[in-house]
Amino acid sequence: MDFRDKQAIYLQIADYVSEQILLDRWVAGEKIPSVRDLAAELEVNPNTVMRTYEFLSQQGVIANRRGIGYFPEEEAIDRIKTYRREQFLANDLPAFFRNMYLLGIELPEIESRYEQFVTTHFD
Amino acid sequence: MIDLRTVSFGYQRDKLLYESLNLSLIPGSIYGLLGPNGAGKSTLLRLLSGLLYPTVGSIQVNGYNPGQRRPAFLEDLFLLPEEIYVPAVKIREFIRANAPFYPRFNREQMAGYVREFGLNDDQKLHELSYGQKKKILIGFGLATNTAVLLMDEPTNGLDIPSKGQFRRLVAGAVDDNRTVIISTHQVRDLETLIDPIVILSERGVALKASVEKVTERLWFGLVPDLDPARPALYAERAVGGYAVVTENRTGEPSRLDLERLFNVVQAEPERIRQLFSSTLAPTNA
Repeated sequence: MDFRDKQAIYLQIADYVSEQILLDRWVAGEKIPSVRDLAAELEVNPNTVMRTYEFLSQQGVIANRRGIGYFPEEEAIDRIKTYRREQFLANDLPAFFRNMYLLGIELPEIESRYEQFVTTHFD
Repeated sequence: MIDLRTVSFGYQRDKLLYESLNLSLIPGSIYGLLGPNGAGKSTLLRLLSGLLYPTVGSIQVNGYNPGQRRPAFLEDLFLLPEEIYVPAVKIREFIRANAPFYPRFNREQMAGYVREFGLNDDQKLHELSYGQKKKILIGFGLATNTAVLLMDEPTNGLDIPSKGQFRRLVAGAVDDNRTVIISTHQVRDLETLIDPIVILSERGVALKASVEKVTERLWFGLVPDLDPARPALYAERAVGGYAVVTENRTGEPSRLDLERLFNVVQAEPERIRQLFSSTLAPTNA
């Protein structure tokens, strides 16, 4: 895994885990990789993965079953989306708006391009 | 558990490398030992293994004084030195001769490493390339399953894929009972692996903190301009502005940059000491 420059590693791993769940690769009721296995796979300190798992447990995305391991929660996907939406609105959107303003791009242009994008990629 | 108390040491009588150095390390972590050339990283590893003795002060490793070199102490510690030496024998013979010194040595684990390195037991150790020799010794060290594993510049001489391999194997070989200490200058190689960070400087420990603690107190990032309202402890020119280290007053998470942490500790040792001192004495608050 290539880590980006700016964001804390444990949060980047949280994004990676969330993505596995959103893509249905890791599903509710099935054990996800152990701390040590994921640490080895991503070549990071096990403490970092531990911190990721604790963070995602607080978010209600995964839960620890004592002695067995970590499992995605039933509502994991909804909770990831809620969390990511907040992150997007708080972090990505202001940067996006700033560029729109600086470059003089109007909202209607964004709207039509957005609709076009959705049609090409998701319909 | 590793405990150094008021340790002073110098190779010459009138020139101390450490003066009253204190350091406690607990199992279950991969410590990264950093410091400028000549700060005494290798010396610290040799003191912990009983190859050198402190001039003043005491060292305890798992309840033993390393300098006494008790067999029960030696069988539970492995040191991979920076300069490696291998005898002129096959890998198989090297394992057969050395494994019995380590009661928890795991032959299957070692066999897995040898396979992973693309080697086989019948190859002669002294005929391997430098990097291959080093990898065999790293694998051997991991397979000893000693409570203390010390590695001095382990990624020196490894090619790029082997560095990734090293991170993967070490991350997979630690457990709650093991203390791993890796001294390194190659911070880029090991940035995601080492945590907590110990930085030696000025005859002592300039910083000992987990990555979590460091990023709680310090913020690493890129800013377009230097903001006098948020003075940087350290700044360098970068594409698109300045790469800075500032105090983290808002609790915003950022990615630790070891190179810049190293530089800020050298540039502002007193400020760093103050910022992190409450980790040592939380009652001061």
